[in-house]
Amino acid sequence: MQYLPQIAFLAVFAVFGYFIYQRISRIKSNILLGQYQDFSDNSGDRWQTMLLVAFGQQKMFKRLIPATFHFFIYVGFVIINLEVLEFVLDGLFGTHRLFAPLLGAAYTFALNFFEFLAVLVVLACVVFLIRRNVLKVERFTKPEMKGWPAMDGNLILIIEVILMAAIFTMNATDQLLQEAGHDGYPQTGKFFFSSLFMPLFDGLSVSALVVVERVAWWFHIIGILAFALYVTYSKHLHIFMAFPNTYFSRLHAKGKMENMPVVTNEVKMMLGMPVENADAPPAEVGRFGAKDAIDLSWKNLMESYACTECGRCTSECPANLTGKQLSPRKVMMDTRDRIEEIGEAVAKGGTAGEDGKALLGDYITKEEINACTSCNACVEACPVNINPLDIILQMRRYVAMEESGSPASWNAMFQNVETNFAPWKFAPTDRFNWADELKTEK
Amino acid sequence: MEYNVPTVADLVAKGETPEVLFWVGCAGSFDDRYKRVTKAFVKILNHVGTKFAVLGPEETCTGDPARRAGNEFLFQMQAMANIQVLDGYGIKKIVTACPHCFNTIKNEYPELGGNYEVVHHSTFLQELIDQGKITIEGGGSFKGKKITFHDSCYLGRANNIYEAPREVLKVLDADLVEMKRCKTKGLCCGAGGAQMFKDAEKGNKEINIERTEEALATGAKIIAAGCPFCMTMMTDGVKNKEKESEVQVKDLAELIAEAKEL
Repeated sequence: MQYLPQIAFLAVFAVFGYFIYQRISRIKSNILLGQYQDFSDNSGDRWQTMLLVAFGQQKMFKRLIPATFHFFIYVGFVIINLEVLEFVLDGLFGTHRLFAPLLGAAYTFALNFFEFLAVLVVLACVVFLIRRNVLKVERFTKPEMKGWPAMDGNLILIIEVILMAAIFTMNATDQLLQEAGHDGYPQTGKFFFSSLFMPLFDGLSVSALVVVERVAWWFHIIGILAFALYVTYSKHLHIFMAFPNTYFSRLHAKGKMENMPVVTNEVKMMLGMPVENADAPPAEVGRFGAKDAIDLSWKNLMESYACTECGRCTSECPANLTGKQLSPRKVMMDTRDRIEEIGEAVAKGGTAGEDGKALLGDYITKEEINACTSCNACVEACPVNINPLDIILQMRRYVAMEESGSPASWNAMFQNVETNFAPWKFAPTDRFNWADELKTEK
Repeated sequence: MEYNVPTVADLVAKGETPEVLFWVGCAGSFDDRYKRVTKAFVKILNHVGTKFAVLGPEETCTGDPARRAGNEFLFQMQAMANIQVLDGYGIKKIVTACPHCFNTIKNEYPELGGNYEVVHHSTFLQELIDQGKITIEGGGSFKGKKITFHDSCYLGRANNIYEAPREVLKVLDADLVEMKRCKTKGLCCGAGGAQMFKDAEKGNKEINIERTEEALATGAKIIAAGCPFCMTMMTDGVKNKEKESEVQVKDLAELIAEAKEL
């Protein structure tokens, strides 16, 4: 019987570990449903970008207030979770506060520091809940945030507050048990913040204190595991995806559109120019541009999982600011929803698109993609280097080349470029008239 | 002064090559307003004695609007044809007053085989100022005037050029004021991504009005621009606000040429 808690602990870990592993495998295979794109170059620059943008939160700090509170949660998350190491070892070996006797005063200091961070985390979560629900910061109240996304954002913040409350409860009762000299509770020295909660539990008997302490301990460790699993279904996945996503950043100038080599080959053939690998059998030409999520590159799909729906992109989008349908955040959310849907079908042995739906049309409308000015404000604004513009432009390619469904005035512009070599209907022979005008100027 | 506008074909016929090709762009060639920018820039090139040339009737659209609107075939047809012409003349360096042409030739032609040193005219003007080839005694007619610079997306965020145009304006000894949204946060004029060639989608405001209001809020008497599309959008915005008698939209080259009384 004495090993029961250890067996229970192992079982809890195994169950959550299994589900988290399943979910990560699904996300990975969903991302790999995307088209191949090479990001294997410049690993030095890539590491640097990841360190600055993800680890160093560089782009977050363009908006100081949310960046500061976000930094509290970020640092709290990374550092407080060091304590989880002790939780795990204690759980496995049936010990309690394994490191306390080993580290002595350093343990007291570390836990006081963790508690200080926990206070900052709670403060930040409360501020964020107020921003979302009381101040109703505009970017959190856009149409795409209605329903589940708003709930998801609040749930994450509330769960974080509850997890921190478990730490304080655990530490407060632990100190009371230490004072009572209860067996198995080694002296740790005073933890300042949790000691403030000690009066709450003052009247309890030793056995009741043990129950509260143990419940808080189990609640916290199970809470962390449940949270980790929940995160894989949530926009909160950015806590992990921000790192690979920034590593695989597009390093070229933002103004450069991705080339389409398959078009280059066709154009060269039309112009009678030598084509690389001309002897190779013609590769199967898929769609030109993107209609569905699987037409996008794996990087686009990874970005959709890295998006935490903060809406900085949308709040800087000139189209969105002036009341157009386009919201770059919605483009990313739709992409994730659609690839999840396709992934579900594929996992059941089906194929993408057998549901007769597509990202373009059923999720994102032409009106949305046609509103984009390609100004890169969304790309610049994203704290984790997501590029919604790339997805929009791939969809425009599909509409123009597969459907010939561009707006009529664009089709007229295409025709002008083809026949007059200018986007406007001017005679090519008039192109140089300005020089004559200049020469006759006085 | 008699201004020279040599074509590359002329120079090559004489056995010469230009130091730099001035890529005029479609707006600079056909749009009445932007032709004035083209002329101002040519006056400056003549003034400083740069050995330049233009393609003249041989120039065609870079393909940028077609590409942004999704027509990759048309873009690549244009790009290949232009690269053949440029390479045929052995062009090494290109300057242009259009950020869209600049971006396309600089960033997108290399993958299609066209490799050139490409500079936007703001950078080109800044270099001339740094070299002491353009000086304006006492700041000229714009001294002390309130000027605000509107960042073109294709110069700014697309290519990280924020300082060159501002450096150019400094030579005017004007009172340079910034809009609330500037540099990396600069608000688009509304014309990029081929929006220039269609009506805006349904919304509650035109983007150029939003931007013009912001520019007017600075109290500037001159809105400086470095892009033909921005020029059109901001000029329309100022007209819409019925401020055209007080506020002018001008290109960097025009401001320099005017200050130099070229």
